[in-house]
Parts: sequence; structure tokens; C-alpha cells
Amino acid sequence: MTDRQPVVTVAGVDKTFRTGEATTHALSGIDLAIGGGEFVSLIGPSGCGKSTLLRLMGDLTQPSAGSVTINGKPAARARRDRDYGMVFQAPVLFDWRSIQANVELPLEILGLPAEARRERARRMLELVELSDFGGHHPWQLSGGMQQRAAIARALTLEPKLLLMDEPFGALDEMTRERMNDELLRVWERTGTTVVFVTHSIPEAVFLSSRVVVMSARPGRITDVIEIDLPRPRTEATRELERYFELITAVREALRAGHGPAATAREATPAEGEP
Amino acid sequence: MTVGAATIGRRSPMSAAATSLGGALRSVLAFVVVVALIAIAWEAAKWVAGVPWRDFLGAPIDPPHNPPFRISQLNDINLPHTWQIVGAFFEPATRRSEFSLGAVLIDAAIFTWRGAAIGFALGAVVGLLLAIAFVHSRLLERALVPYVIASQTVPIIALAPMVVLWVGRDWPSVAIISAYLTFFPVTIAGIRGLSSPDPRALELMRSYAAGWREVLWKVRLPAALPYLFTALKISATASIVGAIVAEAPTGIQGGLGRAIIQFNQQYTSGPEKLWATVIVCAALGIAFFVLVRVAELVVLRNRERTVDA
Amino acid sequence: MSARLRYYLPTIAVFVGGIAVWEAAVRGLQIQRFLLPAPSEIAGALVGNWEELLAAGRTTLIEALGGFAIGLLAGLAVAFATARFALARGALMPFAIAANAIPIIAFAPIMNSWFGVTSPLSKMMIVAMLVFFPVMINTVRGLTSADASTLELMRSYAASEVEILRKVRVPAALPYFFTAIKVGATLSLIGAVVGEYFGGATVALGRMIVESASFLRFAEAWAAIIIAAALGIGFYLIIIGIERIVMPWHASIRGTG
Repeated sequence: MTDRQPVVTVAGVDKTFRTGEATTHALSGIDLAIGGGEFVSLIGPSGCGKSTLLRLMGDLTQPSAGSVTINGKPAARARRDRDYGMVFQAPVLFDWRSIQANVELPLEILGLPAEARRERARRMLELVELSDFGGHHPWQLSGGMQQRAAIARALTLEPKLLLMDEPFGALDEMTRERMNDELLRVWERTGTTVVFVTHSIPEAVFLSSRVVVMSARPGRITDVIEIDLPRPRTEATRELERYFELITAVREALRAGHGPAATAREATPAEGEP
Repeated sequence: MTVGAATIGRRSPMSAAATSLGGALRSVLAFVVVVALIAIAWEAAKWVAGVPWRDFLGAPIDPPHNPPFRISQLNDINLPHTWQIVGAFFEPATRRSEFSLGAVLIDAAIFTWRGAAIGFALGAVVGLLLAIAFVHSRLLERALVPYVIASQTVPIIALAPMVVLWVGRDWPSVAIISAYLTFFPVTIAGIRGLSSPDPRALELMRSYAAGWREVLWKVRLPAALPYLFTALKISATASIVGAIVAEAPTGIQGGLGRAIIQFNQQYTSGPEKLWATVIVCAALGIAFFVLVRVAELVVLRNRERTVDA
Repeated sequence: MSARLRYYLPTIAVFVGGIAVWEAAVRGLQIQRFLLPAPSEIAGALVGNWEELLAAGRTTLIEALGGFAIGLLAGLAVAFATARFALARGALMPFAIAANAIPIIAFAPIMNSWFGVTSPLSKMMIVAMLVFFPVMINTVRGLTSADASTLELMRSYAASEVEILRKVRVPAALPYFFTAIKVGATLSLIGAVVGEYFGGATVALGRMIVESASFLRFAEAWAAIIIAAALGIGFYLIIIGIERIVMPWHASIRGTG
């Protein structure tokens, strides 16, 4: 991957929410650049704004200050140009459509003719190993399979950027590990850039090239940890000493963002907070 | 989690269809059993405390059975024997008529149903369009929803005589009244259904830069279908009621409403004819309901089964 | 206060605008007076016939409330009896759902014959039939809606069936129950009015409507309809009030009820 033009550039981004009387300062001074083909995880305590940051990248919400650039375009245009795919924690599949039809959904909106849609959706389902389940309906599939379908759907637009918000959070540990392996396999085949939000330190370390550690609200980037584990990453990777060292590094970075210094920061309210 | 379903269990569509077919047969059986029990209780009450029985299913009993008790209300005028009611279908509708009561009532039922069905379709369309308008414009919703709700407390049925005078003594009046009774449940259910999709599904559509029309067609309407069918089942009955009430006091000829008035006038001489008419009304109501229910099962066949009847 | 007012402004605007347009149209377009009287005429009829309307309203209200009470009690009794026994449920629910689809109003003449045309009881029975089925169906649904894990919890406390009924099933059934009686409330007024169509005491709203219409005195007919509507809305609002008191936790979640 020698694509040096960053796919995602977040510059000086601030985000405050106003709900009724209260103002929530979700993100503060975020600067981040993500290169083509990278796999970057965002990790941090609950409420640190990592999901908000992801949604800013997807233009599902707008920054209060600063800018988000995707593929050299403003996030809003990137959304209209359908430059990215998104996967949520819940699969959000449509109950009334078959799996195949669900995966075809973005292509319908794009206006592709039926035959082309079917072909592309079929390829995606093959990629996530759900070829035999195209005719089934979402409620007939397990949670892990539904998420695989959601991933297939996100990939049908062959986006340069894949935004994933704790996609495996609702799955059990073993399924989660398997999904991690599968996700990496898919990522290696497609070469997409991935921004991955998670709660799980081992998952972040296992999957990523870099782990972005965020602090508690207002969310700031406290550290970016390079993950120099060799690829492809397998079962064996999970036994490496370096793997455990990196997990510890991330944990400590999290704690630093959440430790006595951070507690002191939280005690004196920042500007704009009630 | 999937958009538009309550998670009950996982079954393949085939077995779900089989269960619903078996379930449907069981429901029909249950209904027949209860009706039979009612008929038995009816006759039992007459046996124990009614007027003397001179015949049974048409065959004379000699000497007549004398019930041990006597409750004056359980006479043959108020509670004609069940076989007399059934028999009435095959007898001439009136002394001078050449048609059997059954034939006349079926004709009347078709007449009434036509008006009701057209009104039902009209009301459903209007209701859905209103719901779509309300979901997409908060201003319209705030301005008009209170009136939509208030409109249902106005006994429109009370306006039936006036509508008939205005529009004419034929099925269009019936259709208008049925439409009025239909549109409200459909509007309310439509609003709930169209706003029911998971916000994340709407975000997903936003991420595809989909316009509001696509969101409506691909997400909101499919999500709203179960709610709409619930309302339509209620509206089906309401349309029939509206049709009958529109016909009755205004003298629209040819329908069940007229038949009720006519046979009510002959009640003391032939109560079983009125009962036969009531049974046909009941059958029409149930038939329309079942029709909508079957449509529901077909349209929603691929969805997860939720508990209902 | 002004924020509230601003919120309701569109609604009020439509009402005021509607009345104004109606009045102007009737006068300006010379719409046949008798079909669609001007609001001013209807107001006049309301005031002019106030005594009669009040008396008629009382008769109809008694019929509606009486029938409502009978249907409610009967529906609850049958629901509680059948909710316990799956077999009874399996037999009765399909029948009740089908029976709910029957145009009950067809029974009006028979009820008149059984209980007397001028007696309020005949109308009460119609209303009772109208109210019985929704109440029964929804209460059974509500009583059987209790979550399996909640029931398991109660059993782990060795709670008796009666205790389970009181502490779990009944509270779970309340939302369904209130849905049913709200439906019943609107139905009872309409049922009483329409029942009177087929014959009833002269001083009753339904009869007033039919007779005024037959004499082409439409303003009076509309006045009676307005009274009926007001009674219906009032009844409904009272039930909503009771619902708020009994289920404060649920009513707030409900939003568009």
C-alpha cells in the first residue's frame, strides 16, 4: 500500500451537543490522518466520543469546529458520492428482505440494473461466506451471520473507506474472534481503509495497524500506538509476547487518559460545560 | 437486530406457513365449536324454561314437550328454534316473493359489500396518504392530527342520513361513509408504522445519500405494513357497519340495512327471518375480516411471526 | 405560556380558519342551507334547543355508560376466567376475534324486541356487546403478556398463583386494558346514538338526529351531533385522566397513544 494521500483527514475538530438546557462537549481538538489501506481502531472509555468521531467521518453529524476530509473531499460530498460503507453494532438488516436483497440495497439506490446488482451482491456474500444463505431472511440467521451480511452490504459499494462502530460488540467471545479473523481476510482481499471503533483492547490490537486511544469526555486523542505485529495475523499472533506487550501498552494509555491527571481535569469543568 | 420485527423465534418460512395453516384450521374449528355450543345452550334453555315444543327439526312431537320451568322471555318470538332460523333461508323471502330468503339476503350482502369495499379502499388510500404527509411534515401533523382524532368522536354514522340526502340513495353514499370510518385507524396506524423504523436504518439510508422518496418506499412503507394491516382489520368491520347503518334509516334499497328494517317490521310474524338477516350480516363482517387477514398472511409471509390470531 | 401557545398555533389556526371558511362559503356560495348549515345557524340551534339537547344527551349518556359498564364487567370476567386455561383461550379467542368483526348494530332491532324499544336497556345491550369483545380480547392478551423470565422469578420466590396475578399479570395487562376501554369509550357513545336510529325513546340524541334530518332541520341535527361528539370526547378524556393516575409510568412513555 503506497497510497500516501491520506484517505481521512480530521483537522481541529470539536463537537458539542446541545440537548435542551445542557451542553455536552463530546470532542475536543481532534487531529487525525489515516492513510489508504490502513486499519485503524478507535478505543476509549464509554462516552469518550469515539462513535461521534466515526459519525463525523460519515457526515451523519457535523463538527462544531474544524473539518473532516474524506478522499480529498469534504465529508458531506463524500457521503453524497457514496465513498464509504458503514457497519453498526446492530446489523440493521431489513426484516422484509432476503439476505440477498438486503445486500443489494445500496446498489438499488445507486441505480444499478438488476443483473449487475445480483452479481455484485453474490460476490460479496461469497466473500463473507454466506453464499448459501442469500434466500434466507435475517431473523433466520444467528447474530454473527447477520453481522457478516451487514459487512457484505457495506462492501457492495466497494468503498475506499469502511466505518465500523463496535460491529462485534453484541457477539460472544468465540464468535467475535472468528469474526475478527474473517474481517482481516476480507480487508486483505479488498484493500479498503478501515476505521474501527471498539471497547475491546485485544480486538483493537489484533486487528489494527494503529490504535488511537481517546480520553474520557471531552474526548481527546491521548495516544496513538503503532501495532507492529506481523501480517497476516492468525491464531498464532494471539500467543505472541509482543501481542500481550501491546495490549498492556494500550491499557496503560487508556488509564493515563483516565487516571489522576485526567480526574483532575474532569473536576474543573472545561469551558462550555455546565 | 432486524428492522421491523419483534423477535419471537427462528423458523423457516415453510414451517411458519404450515404452522399458520394448522393454526388457522384450529381457529376455524374453535369458532365452529363455540357456535355449536351456543346453539346447544340456546335450545337447552328453551327445553328447560321455554314454551312447549310441538316439533323438533320439523318433525312433530306428540305429546308436546312441556318445559319444567317457564321464563316468559324464552318464548318462540324472542328465541326462535335454531332449525327454524336455518329453515328460513330456504323459504320464500316474503309471501309474494319467488326468491328464497337465502338468495335475497345474499344479493343484499353483495350490494352492501360493494359499497363498503369501495369505501374501504378509498379510506385506506386517503388514510395512508395522510399518514405519509404527517410523517414528513411536522407542521401539518401538529395542525391537523387533533382534528383527525376529533373526527372519530363525531358519530359520522349520525351524519349518514344527511350524506345520503346529499349524495343520493345509492352505493356512493355508502362508500363515502365507509371511507370516513376507515381512514382514521389507517392514518393513526400509518403514522406509527411509518415512524417505526430503527433510527439507525434511517442513518444507513442517509449514508447512501438516499432521498426521502427512496426512504419512504424502501424503509418506511415496508416497516409500516404490519401496523397498517392491524388497522385494516378493524376498518373492514367498520366499513360493513357503516354501510349497514347508512342504508337502514334512509331507505337505500337493495342492501342488508334495508333487509333489517323490512324484516324487523315483520318480526312478530316471522322472527326467524330477522335472525337470518343478522346471521348474514355477521357472516359478511367475518368474511371481510378473514379476507383482510389472509391478505396480511400473504403480504407479510416472509416476516417473523408475531403472536396474533 | 407563549411557547405552549406557539406550539398549538397551527391547530388553532386551522380551527378558526375552518370555521371562517365554512361560514363564508355557506353565505357566499348560497350552498343549500339545509345540507350544510352555517356555523352560526348551528350555534343558534344549540342555544335554542339547549333544554331538549341536554335531556336527550342525558338519556343517551346513560345508555352509553350503562352498556359500557355491563360490557366492561362481562369482558373482564370472561377474560380472567379464560386467561388461566390455555384450552379455554384457544377455543374462545378465535370466536371473540371473529365476533368482534360482526356488525353488532345488526342486533339493534332484536334488542329492541327483547327489551323494549323505548327502554334504555335495549341500547345498553347493544353497547355492552360492542364493548365486551375488545375488552375481553385485549385483557386476555394483556394477562398472557407477562414475560417468561418475570414469571420464573416469581416462581423462584414460591409465589402463589394469586400473588402472581396481582403482582405481575395485572400490571402487565394494564396497558392493554386501557387500550381496550379507550376503544370502548368511543364506541359506547356511537353505539348508543346509532342504536337509537333503529328506534328508541324520543328524547335521545340518535332519535333527535334522525327526526331533525327527516324534517330537513339540519342545524338541529348538527347540534345534536355536536353534543354527542362532546360527550364522547369527554368520556375519552376522563379515561385518559384515569390512565395517567393508574399508570403514570406508562402514559409518559406512550407519546402518541
